[in-house]
Amino acid sequence: MEDTNKIISISNVSKVYDGVTVVDDFNLDITKGEFVTFLGPSGCGKTTTLRMIAGFETPSEGKILLNGKDITKLPPYKRPVNTVFQRYALFPHLDVYDNVAFGLKLKKVPVTITKKNGKKVVKMKHLSSKTIDEKVARALKIVDLEELEDRDISTLSGGQQQRVAIARAIVNEPEILLLDEPLGALDLKMRKEMQLELKEMHNKLGITFIYVTHDQEEALTMSDTIVVMKAGQIQQVGTPKDIYNEPKNAYVANFIGESNIYNATMMGKKVVRFLNSNFACVDDFPINEKVDVVIRPEDVDLKRIARDKKIDDALKEKYKDKLIGVVDSKIFKGIHYEYVVLKGKNEIIVQDTKEFNVGDVVIINIAPDDIHIMAKELSTNTYPDAYIDKNNKLVISDCVFDCDITQLLAGSKLDEEGYLIGPDGKKYDLNDADVFAQINLGDIEILDHNPDEDENVGVIISIVYKGDHYQYLIRTKEEEDFVCDSDYAFNENDIVSINVKKENIKLTLKGNIQKYEIE
Amino acid sequence: MVKKIFGQIYIWLILIIMYLPILILMAFSFTDAVYVGQWNGFTFDLYPRLFQNQEIMIALGNTLIIALVSALVSTLLGTTGAIGAFYSKKWFRKTIDSLTQIPIVNAEIVMALSLTILFVFMGQYIFQTQLFSFWTLLIGHVVLSLPFVYISVKPKLQQMDPSLYEAALDLGATPRTALRKVLLPEILPGVLSGFLLSITLSLDDFIISAFTRGTGLLNGEANIETLSTLIQATIKKRPVPPEMRALTTIIFLVVAVAVVLVSLYRFYQSKHKKSHAQERMGR
Repeated sequence: MEDTNKIISISNVSKVYDGVTVVDDFNLDITKGEFVTFLGPSGCGKTTTLRMIAGFETPSEGKILLNGKDITKLPPYKRPVNTVFQRYALFPHLDVYDNVAFGLKLKKVPVTITKKNGKKVVKMKHLSSKTIDEKVARALKIVDLEELEDRDISTLSGGQQQRVAIARAIVNEPEILLLDEPLGALDLKMRKEMQLELKEMHNKLGITFIYVTHDQEEALTMSDTIVVMKAGQIQQVGTPKDIYNEPKNAYVANFIGESNIYNATMMGKKVVRFLNSNFACVDDFPINEKVDVVIRPEDVDLKRIARDKKIDDALKEKYKDKLIGVVDSKIFKGIHYEYVVLKGKNEIIVQDTKEFNVGDVVIINIAPDDIHIMAKELSTNTYPDAYIDKNNKLVISDCVFDCDITQLLAGSKLDEEGYLIGPDGKKYDLNDADVFAQINLGDIEILDHNPDEDENVGVIISIVYKGDHYQYLIRTKEEEDFVCDSDYAFNENDIVSINVKKENIKLTLKGNIQKYEIE
Repeated sequence: MVKKIFGQIYIWLILIIMYLPILILMAFSFTDAVYVGQWNGFTFDLYPRLFQNQEIMIALGNTLIIALVSALVSTLLGTTGAIGAFYSKKWFRKTIDSLTQIPIVNAEIVMALSLTILFVFMGQYIFQTQLFSFWTLLIGHVVLSLPFVYISVKPKLQQMDPSLYEAALDLGATPRTALRKVLLPEILPGVLSGFLLSITLSLDDFIISAFTRGTGLLNGEANIETLSTLIQATIKKRPVPPEMRALTTIIFLVVAVAVVLVSLYRFYQSKHKKSHAQERMGR
């Protein structure tokens, strides 16, 4: 059964400009009367999608149906859709009245006329000037600009121009109103006001709104449905509540608001490990799966156990089954405080109405249903805690790899003694330098372990068959995990050697290279 | 203080150098001496004589017809061209932009000569007939003024919000209506100044006229004479007809009145806007 409430249906729509895919396989159904927001950073394809709905762009592929009719190739002037443009696009040579009446004056409606011989003929006629007057007056009333009919556009303030632009669009009684970042040019206070007014207008008019913005707060405030986009693709579609509470991936979580995001591993049924601790959670993922964990700052609960103190052994012993950290910074935000709590090297952002002081030792409590677990699209292994040893090798936990440290400084080379020489002749000793290491899944080679050789060794914990290759999760003695793609078959619990070519290890130095400079 | 007086003198000196010749010319339009510099006493005689002088009247008519027609054609072509280029891909627009720059800086004689050669060539090998006529003269003048129309319309397009055209389409206007009701009013000042520039260029053009003219217009079977070609032709044999002084005086006065009117209009408009702005501030 066709859903009769569906006003617009976008299926498999893609847009390619000069070989660059701007919108990629976009699929979305919009219900009549809905307030839908396309949310994403600039360049994510949200405006292009809107322009395809308006008819200014033709999709390279796919279809757009309006009330079940294909409008993919229909020119904009034949669509029952009106747009409020980003910079309003008001006609400067016309006054407020003529701007608003522009669409009405062009409109023709069928009128039945009885001819002298009694025959009835349907003719397309322009609206009478009286009808136009009434409609314009009504539209201007909706946007609160009744008295400005005769004013020149150039004499209006930004907010007033914005209202004229909205009146000019809604006066045509479109089935869908498209709004392309309409509040972008207004100041904060004005923007907040207009957000509420737009929402009210939406309720009053009952027509479908499609709204484009990069402002997550705006999206959360106004929408019935939010479509989060990234690089031309939909990341998640849902109500503001869904998107905020149950983000589908780390990107959405990060975009939609401040949050703590950690790399984590599933340790058992509804048990997840991050911050070097196990947590009970409510999401069920396969054991050993690498996941992202999102915790909203307001969901973290703190309890003070000591003031101005380092975490000593006595404390550690006393609260050994609790997560404890130290308050590292404190900002007053009006209704709540925002703290950064350090747990080892990891930061946890916390919002709380209770007051703590910097240096307080606290128990960090996170309720199981506040831990949002999201599947991770794995393409690289990332090791944020790696370092370089005295032999210029990369150490990741208990594994040591040959690596090319000249990539840490452009134009540098190694001298005979193993020091890094910069392009300006300066000398650097990178012994113990902390680095961020990345290794692609396909660049890890695993072989049967040869006990006679000194190798990086791990045990295969899990195997996933990915259609044409296997994906292995290998864990070392020190609980460091390597995920690798391989064509060769191994068995679970096989002990294997882990090998990576030095050119396939990507390194980023943490901190400034200046601090490693030597005479 | 001394500096200020010096500055004043400097400005007036330049203005005198600019306007003195015209003032002298105007003065001598009220005496009927054949040779410039002689004063035969004050008379309005030259003015009625001007309108009785068949030769000058024909040349004036020709000049005005050509100026008007060529200005209309170049305004039409230049404006549509500028709009087309503006909404084209970047590389195309840049190419057109540079191509229209060249005729502006190019020496007019080069253009005149190349047009002549083109017409001779086409007449001989393609049309098998003598081509020089009103039409070749018109083409010459259009080629001359077209780039100027393009460069006066282009900045108006660039100043315009590019979404205006789309906004018109969005509100139900067909592309043609959008062009007429939104785009054209926006760029109208540019189009008008392009048109006026074309008229001016055509009015006092000599080189291209001399090279590309043929028979026709008010001259009938004879070669078309414009004011500039006529003066050039007569001064070879005899002094410039004294009636010319009356004619140039009239032309100058027409232009001066037009300039004053435009300035007044602008002054009124800016005042109008200011009062609106004040009204807004008062709220």
